[in-house]
Amino acid sequence: MHVDLYERIWMGAAGAIIVVFLASMGYTTLGRAVQPPSHVETIDPASVRSDAEFGAPGVTVHEDGSATVVMQAFMFGFLPNEIRVPRGRDVTFRITSPDVIHGFQIVQTNANAMVVPGYVSQFTTRFDRAGEYLIVCNEYCGLGHHVMQGTLIVEDRPPLLRALPPEGGAP
Amino acid sequence: MIQSRKLALANLWVAIGAFAVASAMAFMQSLSRADLDLPFRTVRMYYLSVTAHGVLMAIVFTTFFIMGFGYVVAERALGRPVVGRRLAWASWWVALIGTALATWAILRGEATVLYTFYPPLMAHPLFYVGTALVVVGSWGWCWVVARTWHVWKKESPGVRTPLPVHGMLASIIIWVLATIGVAAEVLVLLIPWSVGLVDTVDPMLARILFWWFGHPLVYFWLLPTYVIWYTMTPRIAGGKLFSDPLARLAFVMLILLATPVGFHHQLVDPGVEAGWKLFHTFNTQLVLFPSFVTAFTVIASFEIAGRKKGARGLFDWIEELPWGEPAFSSVALAMLMFAVGGFGGAINAAYGMNAVVHNTAWIQGHFHLTVGTAVALTFMGTSYYLMPRLLGRELELTLLARIQPYLWFGGMLLFSISNHLTGLAGMPRRVFDASYAGSEIARQWVAGTGISAVGGIFLFISATCWVAVMFGTGLAGRRIEPDPIEFAEPLEGENGKAPILDRFGLWATVAAVLVVLAYAWPIAQHLSMERFGSPGFTPF
Repeated sequence: MHVDLYERIWMGAAGAIIVVFLASMGYTTLGRAVQPPSHVETIDPASVRSDAEFGAPGVTVHEDGSATVVMQAFMFGFLPNEIRVPRGRDVTFRITSPDVIHGFQIVQTNANAMVVPGYVSQFTTRFDRAGEYLIVCNEYCGLGHHVMQGTLIVEDRPPLLRALPPEGGAP
Repeated sequence: MIQSRKLALANLWVAIGAFAVASAMAFMQSLSRADLDLPFRTVRMYYLSVTAHGVLMAIVFTTFFIMGFGYVVAERALGRPVVGRRLAWASWWVALIGTALATWAILRGEATVLYTFYPPLMAHPLFYVGTALVVVGSWGWCWVVARTWHVWKKESPGVRTPLPVHGMLASIIIWVLATIGVAAEVLVLLIPWSVGLVDTVDPMLARILFWWFGHPLVYFWLLPTYVIWYTMTPRIAGGKLFSDPLARLAFVMLILLATPVGFHHQLVDPGVEAGWKLFHTFNTQLVLFPSFVTAFTVIASFEIAGRKKGARGLFDWIEELPWGEPAFSSVALAMLMFAVGGFGGAINAAYGMNAVVHNTAWIQGHFHLTVGTAVALTFMGTSYYLMPRLLGRELELTLLARIQPYLWFGGMLLFSISNHLTGLAGMPRRVFDASYAGSEIARQWVAGTGISAVGGIFLFISATCWVAVMFGTGLAGRRIEPDPIEFAEPLEGENGKAPILDRFGLWATVAAVLVVLAYAWPIAQHLSMERFGSPGFTPF
């Protein structure tokens, strides 16, 4: 098959660009363990509201300062509606839906996951900037889709201080 | 005169009608998002119209246009009448009835599930039946075109399959492989569930099957577009096709890589392991290659046209191209936007980066460059060439036809850039109102939604021009002896045969194996775990 010289150069360059794309993804994935939220865990959507974990959603701050956020995304809101997490620490979200598919997106961060009934979405991220963030649903879920919102507050002086030895304690 | 002209025209008119309705819906949506209070603007109407716009544009307009165009290509490029015209007409009726049923369910407000129809949102059963019939009709079309080629092949031993038919056959192979996924979803899962035969459905399984179909759907639109770019536009520009074998190479690569990529639409889904997502992501990046090849070959073909008209310098051939001829300008502008859309697509499918843009306004900014411009503007431009030749009438309202591609380009620049930016700033897609109870963060999006609305106005004017030209030509165009529909000659004749690229059976088999590799294991894995179904919800 005859291929013109210029076109051969172009095809080489195109191939090189794709190799660069693949290599950068390979590096971030294998070298730096960057993975999209891909947790596999199922739950009966009919039992979400009475479930031991998801029936009592909220934030738990652990000894090491990291936090776990358990949430429901439902028509049309998030439960709890306002969450407070520590700055600069690992925050693990566990979210499910008792009704239809929703999106969970913390605006202007990389926290973005689909919430599918029957499944638990779980991912871990960090917030390096303290302040108030907007949480929105980004998957159409019915006529109230655009009013489905929540608030995330990233606190600069996190409750993890409790885990440190009390002032004046033993040196 | 083309023997199947009535058949082609019947398909093209449905496409034009669907486009007219869907573009009016879109006009309202873009103004709604900018929070402009229109008299007919309600929440219910907004989401209903998003559903109608998606179904009528992405499924009805594209499929009917491709069917009409496919009959023309088969007959003109093979030089023989289409085999099985009765089946072709039956397919048209089936698809038309399907369109009518689905549209009826949508307009009654009983199917506001958007064009992705993710369960457990549950539409009226006739919505699923209607869309399934459109797909069944398209299968009839696939059969007729493939059969025509097969008969021609026997009649013409030793003759190479003409390039336009090569591209259409590639499109057909992709479509058949892709629609297996959606047919399984609709026939096995959704129709029994929506009529009450079963109580629950697994929403993740439905999503996996939908995206098995949802991404190759893109190539079903794109391959006929590439056929136009490679084999019609260079001739309209007055040039020759730069390389015939590379066009075939691009088509074959798309057959192989179009389908095993669906998980890149589900990168942030639960219930699918990261390894499968990574595998599909790698395949997706490889799909860029045939599009890079296309960009070079088609632009080189335009350069040939410019140089034939006397251009000597590095870039002056661009000025020599027929920019006032809408069948050319639409394609050239569509290609420009596709270049941007292609890189945007690489970002969407970039595994980690996807989390920044997933389901934000960036996505609608992206696919209005690809399907909304590369495909739709190409189809509109091509209809200026096709319709007079099929109707035997002179193009009417030619001034509108000349400005229409530029209006689309300008409108889409405003619409798409603003949506990419508001998406990066976190605005979700498909929201009736983006004010979020006065949230300060949401206020950053206001400038973007305003610019997007201005773009929407330009796009609507452009769409109206096209529809007016089509109906004006069909109803009032002066009757003429039509010019023939012709395809571009390759620059180097039969040079570089590479006959392996014409082995459709081989490539279809390899493609099917790749689909099995990409889906059999993850679906088996999925089915083997304990799963809980969902009952239907109708929050609309």
